[in-house]
Parts: sequence; structure tokens; C-alpha cells
Amino acid sequence: MSRIQDCFARLGEQQRKALIPYITAGDPTLEVTVPAMHAMVEAGADVIELGVPFSDPMADGPVIQKACERALRAGTSLTRVLEMVGQFRRDNDTTPVVLMGYLNPVEIMGYARFADACVAAGVDGVLLVDLPPEECEDVAPLFRERGIDLIFLIAPTTTDARIRSIAAAASGYLYYVSVKGVTGSASLDVNEVAARVETIRNLAQLPIGVGFGIKDAQSAQAVSRVSDGVVVGSVLVSQAAEHEQHPEKIAPAMAAILADMRAAMDKP
Amino acid sequence: MTERPDYKAFPDQRGHFGQFGGRFVSETLMAALDELETMYRRLKDDPQFQADFDYDLAHYVGRPSPLYLAERWSRELGGARVWLKREDLNHTGAHKVNNTIGQALLAKHMGKKRVIAETGAGQHGVASATVAARLGLECHVFMGEEDIRRQRLNVYRMKLLGANVVPVTSGSRTLKDAMNEAMRDWVTNVDDTFYIIGTVAGPHPYPMLVRDFQAVIGREAREQCLKQAGKLPDALVACVGGGSNAIGLFHPFLNDDGVAMYGVEAAGDGIDTGRHAAPLSAGRPGVLHGNRTYLMEDDNGQIIETHSVSAGLDYPGVGPEHAWLKDLGRVQYVAANDQEALAAFRELTMVEGIMPALESAHAVAHARKLAPTMDKDQNIIVNLSGRGDKDILTVAEIDGIEF
Repeated sequence: MSRIQDCFARLGEQQRKALIPYITAGDPTLEVTVPAMHAMVEAGADVIELGVPFSDPMADGPVIQKACERALRAGTSLTRVLEMVGQFRRDNDTTPVVLMGYLNPVEIMGYARFADACVAAGVDGVLLVDLPPEECEDVAPLFRERGIDLIFLIAPTTTDARIRSIAAAASGYLYYVSVKGVTGSASLDVNEVAARVETIRNLAQLPIGVGFGIKDAQSAQAVSRVSDGVVVGSVLVSQAAEHEQHPEKIAPAMAAILADMRAAMDKP
Repeated sequence: MTERPDYKAFPDQRGHFGQFGGRFVSETLMAALDELETMYRRLKDDPQFQADFDYDLAHYVGRPSPLYLAERWSRELGGARVWLKREDLNHTGAHKVNNTIGQALLAKHMGKKRVIAETGAGQHGVASATVAARLGLECHVFMGEEDIRRQRLNVYRMKLLGANVVPVTSGSRTLKDAMNEAMRDWVTNVDDTFYIIGTVAGPHPYPMLVRDFQAVIGREAREQCLKQAGKLPDALVACVGGGSNAIGLFHPFLNDDGVAMYGVEAAGDGIDTGRHAAPLSAGRPGVLHGNRTYLMEDDNGQIIETHSVSAGLDYPGVGPEHAWLKDLGRVQYVAANDQEALAAFRELTMVEGIMPALESAHAVAHARKLAPTMDKDQNIIVNLSGRGDKDILTVAEIDGIEF
């Protein structure tokens, strides 16, 4: 069983929901990321989505665009991000790590080489924003053979037929994007999310994480009631911006936000 | 020996030109692209839609554009006869309007009330704002801050046309960043918004439909050349940024084996300086803006900044069909640097009284090199994709003149 399956199975038994933080690797320095990952686990994170910075993050709002710029200025590359995961794994062998980013850095590294490097580093899943299932038929087996989960997005605009084909290509969990827009944009409508998650549940067997528009403990709690997991990104990443000059404050600030969310989500 | 492919049979059903093209976008846009593709496939064979398109091209754009024999210039070059396909005479001053007319008709059929566009030199922005004004659509044009500075006249034109010009301050503040921002807007407003992409790049079906709308250039040129020169041309020359004017000229000739084709990229300060915008000459394949193509990128797959005196060619990618035609060897991709383009701009203005856009001046620069190597009974068609009025301030600045 993969770390991701294991994680959701364990949470299911405990009747708890997954808290899934996203941070951009190497933002604002290469050194902050691994300690921040550990601090987030300590604060209650179940799965970590580690963002691979890209020069042209088309699906992201200003907060993550700027995070990418800071991370790239600090010298972050896909190779460096894989090294960070390897370093994280020295002290943590249970928390799943998903690399999230855009296709081009992977394209240039080469798919087989990247998949091998994921295994070596201890990466559990890969979410490539601009790689829909239709375009990944050739490369998907490279990940499947190595036990790396391919995680795909489902959007408010995704048709039922597409949900079925996405679910067939995906493993680990499905990531439901709760709003039409870029990361960190509008607030979500919980009732709408609940209805959509119900639809996805009827068409797919995988756990469903919900992201985009989750900003605080209250929205995290509300979304956790209607899904299997809550993805939190921009609100954490904005801590890296706020404390850019005092990077030692970043991990505690991220942890504090997650601890509040965890407490709210675990309330009976 | 393998038979050459039927070039006109591409892209395939999924929008691929060999390994290039495709649809690499986030999930939110997949439904919108499916909808656009379905609508386009239905309308492109609909006689009424084609008649509407042709009517607008004739009466609003002023087509057909002339194929003009540049006699004096040809004589000075001392080789092949050079013909100019006068897209600069189109309404709004460039080939861009052929495409915006077509896409605006699609938007109308799809009931979209709001259109967005990205622009570099401002020509596509102006062409989009123009059709939006005519159809009463709300129009937002994304433009890099650097390009807004370089192309002040076009910015003001767009405002006069009622468009909202949105300055883009991220990244290199040029065309690629404007396209990122337009994509972000589209994801956010996908229900009521039509994205008018200005070139043969982006996710499928854009490279196909923009090409089809621009292919009017080559269809006319082919017919005009047969009539005026009595035979097919020996060579075609067009500048390539995203590559819409080039593919528009080339496509109807692709299966004519005797017609050589040259796509001219922007070499900026020179290919060897690294400061250029020539992905086909010096880049490698990757994925950006929804398609796989040649890109300017570093060893880590990050897109790098481009440099060209011409804002319209200042783009790190290129249409996927060009990437495919390069690998097949059907089209030769060459480059002209800033100095060569500026010299060509001045020469054509002085010798023929025709001021080319700085983008088109790259094609003119290559024709200058090519014509003397050919015989006097041979014919070259240069796509004069736009007029140079918008570039007067840029050239004046280089000359140290202030208004």
C-alpha cells in the first residue's frame, strides 16, 4: 500500500479528514522548506503538497506567482526540490509528499529520469497542473510501474464523462478545485462544493480533497465536513512573503495556521 | 523512400502535429476548449459561416490584399523578383484582423459577451478591440508593461476603440506574460468569456483555427501569383514570432513541393549572444501555454526572457505546426537580428515607399539576402504582415529623435 492510500485508510478509520498543506519549495530560501515540512506535520498535516516553482505559473494567482519568483531567485530547481524530499524522508517515513507543479521542468528532466528520482527521494505522488489525462497516456505507465500516484484536478466545469476518465487515470486521491479561477482567488461556496463532491463520489472511488479558496479554520472545517481532505495553499504561502526578511518565523507561522485548522476540523 | 506527408491533414483529432501541439491546460479550461472545438468543427464546414467570414474580409478588412511586385527593390537586389503580399493594407494595418474577424464570429455563435486578448506589438489587441467595438462586445486586452511603453500609439488606439488595456507587470512584462494573464482571466471568467488568441499557439484547437482563418493570405497569394507571375512562386518568406502570418502564407502551399519556405525569427542582439527570440533556431522542445513546441528555456525547464526590437516577435515559444514543419524539414527557419531588421525597414521605405512593421522587416531582411542568390526569372513572395506606422516612435528613439 502506498503512503497516500495508507494515510487515507488510517484517517478513515479514525473518522478524520486529511489536512493537505501546499507550499512552494525554496520560497524564499532553499533552507526553510524542509523544517517547514516537519513543522507542518507536527501541526497536524497529513499529506504535503510541495510546489515546484515555474517561471510561468498560468493557473496561479499573485501569491503563488510571487512565491515562484522568490523560489527561482533563491536557486530552486526540480533537482533541488527532489533533494529536499530526500532530506525530509530522513526524519519522516510516513507522511506522503506530492510534488505539484507545471509540466515543463519535468519534460526537460525527462519522464523516466524524473520518475526514478521521485522513487529515490521518497515522493509519493505527482500533480502536474497542465498535464490532463488525455496528454499523459504515454508517460502514465512510467509512474504507475514505480508506485507513484498520479493526482489529477477536477474542476467545477468538468463534465461527468470527464470525471469518469480522470478517475480511471488517477490514483491516490482526486483534487477538486472548488472555484473557477486561479489559486488564492475567490471564496468558495460550501453548499456548491458539497453537491459537486457528491457527484464525484458517485462516479469515482478515490478520496476527494478540496482546494482553492480555503483561507481559515472556519472554511477548512466546513469543507472537511463534505469531503475527505482540505488543501490549503495561498494562505500558507503568504507567510513566506510576510516573513521574507526573517525566514526563521516562516515555519512557526505556517504551523500556527494549520494547528487552528486541524483543531477546527477535528471538532466532533 | 517514404512518401511525404499530406501536410494539410494535420493536426490529428487530438490537435497534435507529430509530437507537437496538444492541449496542455489545467482542468478548468478543458470543457471550454472542448466546447470551442465542437463549435468550430461544426461551423467551419457551414456555408453560411464561411460566407459571413468572406463577406467581412471583403467589405470590412478590404480583402483581397494586393500582391505587389517590388520592381525597383528587386532590381537593386539583382536576383529574383520580389513580390510583397500587402497585409499591411488591411483594415487596422496588419494580418491580425483576419483571425479576430473569424474568432469574433465564433464568439457570437457561442453567445459570449466578453472577449479577452493578449498582445505584444498591440496589433492583435487593436484588431480584437476593433471587432469587439463592431459587435458591441466587452473587450479586455492584456499587455506587458514593457510593451505598453514601446507601443504607446497602439495602446491609445485600443482605448479609443473602447477596450480596457490591462498592464501586466509579472515576469518579463512582455507577450508571454500577457498570455499568462489572459489565461488566468479566462479560467476565472470562463462561462461568459471568449479568449481571442492572436497567434497559432496555445492549446488545441487554437493553432488549427487561427491557421485556418489566416490561410486566406496564402490562398490569395497562390492565386495571385499564378495569375500575375504565371507560375507558382519559388520561395515564400515570412517572419515568425508565434507564427500566424507565416503559417497563413505557407499553409496553402505546403503540398506544392517546388515552393521553398523561409520562416524568419528574431535574432535580437544575435543568436550567439543568447539575447534573442528564436526558439526554432536555438531552443528546444517543451510545454508552454497549452502546447508542446520549441521554447527558449534553461536547463531546468524555466522559460527565459527574450529580446527583440520588435514587440510582436518577443515571444519564447512558437506555434506547434512550425515546430513540426521544422523537424520535417519542409520549412527552413532562419533568423534576422535587430540591426538587419532596422536596415530592411529603412531600405523598403526608401526604395518602395512602403514602411513595414518591424516584425515584417525581419522577413524583408531575409529576402534581401535570398533574392541575390536566385535567378531573375524566379519569384519570391514576402509576407508584408503589417505596416510600420506603429513603430515610428521606436525607430525615432533609436535615431535619437524626440517628439
